[in-house]
Amino acid sequence: MGTVLGLNGNSAVAHAMRQVNPHVVAAYPITPQTDCVERFAEFVADGRVDTEFVTVESEHSAMSACVGAAAGGGRVMTATSANGLALMWEIVYIAASMRLPIVMMVANRALSGNINIHCDHSDTMGARDSGWIQLFSENAQEAYDNIIMAIKIAEDMSVRLPVMVTQDGFIISHALERMELLDDEEVQKFIGPYKERYPMLDLKNPVTYGPLDLFDYYFEHKWSQIDAVEHCLPIIQKGSDEFGELSGRNYELLESYKLDDAEFGVIALGSTCGTAKEAVDRMREAGKKVGLLKVRCFRPFPTEHIIKALSPLKGVAVLDRSSTFGGFGGPVFNEVRSALYDAPERPLVIDFLYGLGGRDIFMEDIEVAFQRIEGVVTKGRIDTHVDFLGLRE
Amino acid sequence: MSKQKGAKDLVPGGMITEAGNAREYETGDWRTEKPDVDHDKCIHCFFCWAYCPDSSIIVDPEEGKMKGFDFKHCKGCGICARICPKNAITMVSER
Repeated sequence: MGTVLGLNGNSAVAHAMRQVNPHVVAAYPITPQTDCVERFAEFVADGRVDTEFVTVESEHSAMSACVGAAAGGGRVMTATSANGLALMWEIVYIAASMRLPIVMMVANRALSGNINIHCDHSDTMGARDSGWIQLFSENAQEAYDNIIMAIKIAEDMSVRLPVMVTQDGFIISHALERMELLDDEEVQKFIGPYKERYPMLDLKNPVTYGPLDLFDYYFEHKWSQIDAVEHCLPIIQKGSDEFGELSGRNYELLESYKLDDAEFGVIALGSTCGTAKEAVDRMREAGKKVGLLKVRCFRPFPTEHIIKALSPLKGVAVLDRSSTFGGFGGPVFNEVRSALYDAPERPLVIDFLYGLGGRDIFMEDIEVAFQRIEGVVTKGRIDTHVDFLGLRE
Repeated sequence: MSKQKGAKDLVPGGMITEAGNAREYETGDWRTEKPDVDHDKCIHCFFCWAYCPDSSIIVDPEEGKMKGFDFKHCKGCGICARICPKNAITMVSER
């Protein structure tokens, strides 16, 4: 079973989209997502998929077309990055509100300005409150796997929510990796046929999507959406477990790396986790009790899992690849620290903003983060909650 | 208020799954003036029926006659009074 290929993250996701063979893809090109959609357009041109590919004139139209197609009753996918996601903004929220199981790959890129095409997480972190499920990927294999799992999770009848699958722009999207693809038939069998729910094209059962919803019902509808997002963690894990049985690649909401007997941990998302694992290995060889917690599922935030994983530690350094500009630390720090507030045993937590606009992060940077949190624990006091890694001051 | 559904009883996504439900939304209480028709002046031309944006002119198609107004939905916009060629409709204050 399966095929081993050398692919970059964009091509890997394009292949996942080919194997999913969605009814509709509407997308607009933006670096670093572009060659994902280009590859997929080739599959369309070569007749390898049945997809109706809509070449829209902007990302606002891309997501609007996706919403229309999904409300119509189709399996729908798209992809974007940074400013493209920002231009989609209004419709991103509407897709989630209407409970449309659209799957979108986001190749993470810094938001302007100034103009920068390289990786940070400011684009998807900005969309963290939009009601989408967010799965972060460490490498191209995970991006491919997450896309296929995302279809299954999004379309589960108890979920019916859109899913954003991220991969770090250029670092993953453009780097060639050894990849294992599933067979096309295996993917189709895993995701199953698309199940419609209130399709607008069912003319015998007419429905109205997105009606005026004022002070009499809007609040109740939002509660229903909040409730749906809060309760989908078990389905995300179930979809991941079923994928593990199929592929042999097992995924959790969070991945603990050498945390079992650790005293100090770092938390990261995306490709930095690969670097952090190497740094952990190197420090372990030097006798340091350190580990990594990788957050794969950021929305919904797996609060209980975070508490369980981090409570036994003495100190935690969060690595945030975006800023909240005036908030108390980065978005990951906000969530992690808040989750730990009521934990009976909790570590000291500090935050590092790093890698904005694609600034490289090295093993030495991660070692600095570990040294800093160890120093904080030794001192028993946090003097600086939020600091920077790899910044020239 | 008591007949309104709770959050758990709603269609996820907030779709409306019954067709023709606009009649259940009674917009008549938006009104500050209401139309009043002088049946002696009315020639049953149906201009008011054609122009009413809320389908609030009641007509009897069998008799071919204008009968009055649906005050559960009439918002009191006054278009019928303005369009009436015989000035048979006047707007009167409801205060």
